[in-house]
Amino acid sequence: MDTNLAVEMRKVTKTFGSVVANENVDMQLRKGEILSLLGENGSGKTTLMNMLSGIYFPDSGQILIDGKPVTIASPKDAFKFGIGMIHQHFKLIDVFTATENIVLGLEDNKKFDLEAASKKVLEIAEKYGFQINPKQKIYEMSVSQKQTVEIIKTLYRGAQILILDEPTAVLTPQETEKLFAVMKKMRADGKSIIIITHKLNEVMEISDRVAVLRKGQYIATVNTSETNPQALTDMMVGRATVLDINRPEPVNPEPRLVVENLTCVDEEGVKRLDNVSFTAYSGEILGIAGVAGSGQRELLEAVAGLYPVKSGTIVYSSDYKNSKSLVGLDPLSIRKMGVTMSFVPEDRLGMGLVGTMGMTGNMMIRSWRKGKSFFLDRKSPDKLAQKIKEELEVVTPDVNYPVRRLSGGNVQKVLVGREIAAAPSVLMTAYAVRGLDINTSYTIYNLLTAQKEKGVAVVYVGEDLDVILALCDRVMVLCGGQVSGIVDARTTTKEEIGLLMTQFRREGAKENE
Amino acid sequence: MSKSKSEPLFRISKRDDISFKKALMIRAIALAAALLVAGIVIIMIVHVNPFKVYGTMFLGAFGTRMRSWVTVRDIMTLLCIAVGLAPAFAMKFWNVGAEGQILIGGISTVFCMKYFDNLPTFVLFLVMIITSMLCGAIWGFLPGFFKANWNTNETLFTLMMNYIAIQFTSFMVAKWENPFGSNSVGIVNNDSMRGWLPSMFSSSPGDDYGWNVVIVMIAVVAMFVYLKYSKQGYEISVVGDSVNTARYAGIRVNKVYIRTMLISGAVCGLAGFVAVSGASHTISTSTAGGRGFTAIIVAWLAKFNTFTMIFISALLIFLDKGASQIASDYHINEHVSQIITSIILFFLLGCEFFINYNVKFKKSSKKSKEVAA
Amino acid sequence: MSEAMVQILTLFHSGVVYGVIILFGALGEIITEKTGHLNLGVPGIMYLGGISGLMASFFYENNNPDANTAISIILAIVFAFIGSALGGLIYAFLTISLRANQNVTGLALTIFGSGFANFFGGMLNSMSGGVGQISVATASNGFRAYISAIAGNDTKDPLYAIFGYGWLAYVAIALAVILYFVLNKTRVGLSLRAVGEDPATADAAGINVTKYKYFGICIGAGISGMGGLYYTMDYIKGTWANDGTIEALGWLAVALVIFTTWKPLNAIWGAILFGICYWSYLYIPGLDRSSSEIFKMLPYLFTLAVLIVVSLRKKRETQPPAHLGLPYFREER
Repeated sequence: MDTNLAVEMRKVTKTFGSVVANENVDMQLRKGEILSLLGENGSGKTTLMNMLSGIYFPDSGQILIDGKPVTIASPKDAFKFGIGMIHQHFKLIDVFTATENIVLGLEDNKKFDLEAASKKVLEIAEKYGFQINPKQKIYEMSVSQKQTVEIIKTLYRGAQILILDEPTAVLTPQETEKLFAVMKKMRADGKSIIIITHKLNEVMEISDRVAVLRKGQYIATVNTSETNPQALTDMMVGRATVLDINRPEPVNPEPRLVVENLTCVDEEGVKRLDNVSFTAYSGEILGIAGVAGSGQRELLEAVAGLYPVKSGTIVYSSDYKNSKSLVGLDPLSIRKMGVTMSFVPEDRLGMGLVGTMGMTGNMMIRSWRKGKSFFLDRKSPDKLAQKIKEELEVVTPDVNYPVRRLSGGNVQKVLVGREIAAAPSVLMTAYAVRGLDINTSYTIYNLLTAQKEKGVAVVYVGEDLDVILALCDRVMVLCGGQVSGIVDARTTTKEEIGLLMTQFRREGAKENE
Repeated sequence: MSKSKSEPLFRISKRDDISFKKALMIRAIALAAALLVAGIVIIMIVHVNPFKVYGTMFLGAFGTRMRSWVTVRDIMTLLCIAVGLAPAFAMKFWNVGAEGQILIGGISTVFCMKYFDNLPTFVLFLVMIITSMLCGAIWGFLPGFFKANWNTNETLFTLMMNYIAIQFTSFMVAKWENPFGSNSVGIVNNDSMRGWLPSMFSSSPGDDYGWNVVIVMIAVVAMFVYLKYSKQGYEISVVGDSVNTARYAGIRVNKVYIRTMLISGAVCGLAGFVAVSGASHTISTSTAGGRGFTAIIVAWLAKFNTFTMIFISALLIFLDKGASQIASDYHINEHVSQIITSIILFFLLGCEFFINYNVKFKKSSKKSKEVAA
Repeated sequence: MSEAMVQILTLFHSGVVYGVIILFGALGEIITEKTGHLNLGVPGIMYLGGISGLMASFFYENNNPDANTAISIILAIVFAFIGSALGGLIYAFLTISLRANQNVTGLALTIFGSGFANFFGGMLNSMSGGVGQISVATASNGFRAYISAIAGNDTKDPLYAIFGYGWLAYVAIALAVILYFVLNKTRVGLSLRAVGEDPATADAAGINVTKYKYFGICIGAGISGMGGLYYTMDYIKGTWANDGTIEALGWLAVALVIFTTWKPLNAIWGAILFGICYWSYLYIPGLDRSSSEIFKMLPYLFTLAVLIVVSLRKKRETQPPAHLGLPYFREER
């Protein structure tokens, strides 16, 4: 028994339905170290950590804390073993103060005294170098302040093992520096820390060791001092798999969608897109790669008129002479201008489709406005639904059967089928094959390629780099809302894209300082 | 490794699909259970054979030709309100303001009866219908407007509008008081019967309520067609399912909120016309009489299908009439009908759970334990 | 003392008496809404409280010629609380465990409470020989007793405007203060508010969401029911009237909750303001009866104004509990 280990996970497996999220994963966290957990999207990092923090329960395998086997069935159990996790989505109550959030649900036999609790919060903050106002309300706080509250919440409850799920994703470079300083102090105090991240520069900077996961499998753990970003990328993305996707050369590419200096800010004032510029050409597939949340969703929605644009231009041109600006227009106005843009959003049932309606009803999402009649034309959408059902082999008892009861693949076929049927000149897809089986995925790839051959400008946001490399003509890589590079998909390598995905422009931060 | 103590006794999972037959059966069981409970309550109160009591109820609702017509008339009024609520609820807009919208429609109807009684009959009815719908629409517009622009909570807003309407009704009742000191408007145009909805099969108004049926059934069919076959109805369904999808589809959500509330308020205003011109020929704060609230339950249970609403309205009015008959036959007070109605509502509301969810008792959980071990 | 001053004093006095009924209703509903449940059954619950308390005293006093005031009062309070809390339990079971829609269930509860109370109220009336003939004099006098040594019996005396109320009025005000304290200064209050703001977060923090909701709703209903008891025992002096006043008062209580922006301390002055609005027409010269009805509209107009201003300003402290009216199911996290 190695008493030097704070946590040991042995052969842990977790499945969701038929999807294996973690398969026989081993992981060891030493006392007083910072361990980076590295992996692509969907590699099972968060699932693994959720089993430590009591949110999920492993199907099989063993977890040892301080060398003793334990059962962690709930977040409460996790607290009991001194494990605290800081999730990506903060679990804080907006109208409460920092202290109120920190003591929420805490049952000690002491008198309920917020003043004393605030004092203790300040003590913890001082000890590790946090800046916090215990009486500030959460909704008045910046994202980084909220994160501070979450971290102090776990420390207040006596956590010895801290898990941070992509803590820097929402932070500015300066805030990241501060967080790292705090983490180092916590390490010096004997805490053991796991940080989930994709950002290689941060991995190199902060961690003592790196554990790598790929597609739910444990790959290896290495000492940070003995590795380099290139080696880590190789472990993370693995060997390129050759996919059999037909990729014809683009014919007569013309600029169709020209985006310049696009900047978007979310409701909380955080920059989601930062000075993004690119051109999508007719007859090609432009791939967009990047770790989740790098601004893909916002980019497509901004172009579609669904996300507010702060500055920059989006220009659509059907040929070289005729160009139209799309900034500030809603989807209806865009359509009325004669721009035929199709969009397969990430949230299929929450944005692209009406779950309670059948295929026919969902075909009408595009066509319902057609014609001057007060009444709906049901015949042509019904025909279209029948056609899509046959051509794409959608498995549904009836074209009026609610689509939310269909399987994920069939739902996607309905959505993609409809968007392609609209005969677009620009087709944007977000995670078009997420959750689909191989056959359905190939159906979708072929549909997209067919569109490209028709001269459509296709924008493909994806997560599987092998697919992006095989399917697309050019690849734009987003990183933290910025374009970190646009490369030729035929000549680039998986490693190059992997590096671009994690290449954060820290130098920009230094300029600001 | 085994799962600790907190294993629940039963598992609840969302049902994806339930056959129409099964859903109907669950509702039927709930209704039967409700009638059983209501029966027990009745026996406890009046100590008579419940079958005899249910017989009495039937006589109360359909015992004579006139009773049948009154029952039908009241079904129609309730139905009309529920139909008015349908479009609002279909877009998940909680219009609990029907009570007020009916009153405002009713007031405007009395206004027309009093001041436009020299218009030709046909024109008078047209004016009455239009003004009652317009006034109801205004009452619906306000909450819709504030919801659309500032996301003001529509449940609370429409609720307050009810009481503003009730006080406004009291104000108008005091203005129109007749005879003086009676604290009521009395029967409007009692001699001339101007503005009274005529009988269909007889020359004296109030002999039958055929025209009430015609007007309300037009509303039922029109609303059904509107919601199901019109473009605007399609917009309403999409907004009700997901505001994001609606925006994606190029639907201007704010406009739909306002327009739909105009329609919803208008039909509830029409119900006010039907209640005044077609039934009471007077106005008071009890013209709506809680029917605006009962109709919410009707619309909810009918899942916004206006034809289903006919059956639910009929059931509730039948219970109401029947219970009143029990009350008068057995010398107990009429409020027993509210008790019975609410018991049935509780059961019908509760049974929806068994339609939407699968309840599995602890059995299968054993398997997962073994796997975890 | 000037005539105007006297008028203001008496107006204040009647405003308070009327306001206390609403205050009880609103305090209970504040607890309920803080758990995230909009209970439109408040009028029904107040009916249940009123009739349960009245019946308890009625049967006790009619079977005991030498009824003891304290016993009669205790019986009334206990039964009023239990009766209305049971009403709350029906609502809680349907909306929490059976996940029925909150609005619809609340409305059904209002129908039930109104039917139940008016049915038994009518029965009591006929048992005692007619409307207004119910006699629970012992309990009613006990409820209406005030310390005449301090307040005096002169309605023109300012002391009377402060001390001249039945003791339940002071209980209501004390309850508002206690509720403020519990909600803001105790662990239970913090957890309760967390449940109404964000049940998923509360759940993750180890709070038993279901338990808090059940307790919040039932205790809230019990307190709302006290409003009905105050109405029957004090306001209409231990009788029963089938005139729907309780229902109107119940809706005013719902309005008051919004008006106070869910703050118990605001409810104290809000309730008195509502009461004064209701009676002010009597004191403004030159009004006819019709314009008095417009005055009674004021509480609702004020509430509407508050609702609109709150939604315009979007200030977080004055918003409804974030999860108000929404169902919470753990597995849908």
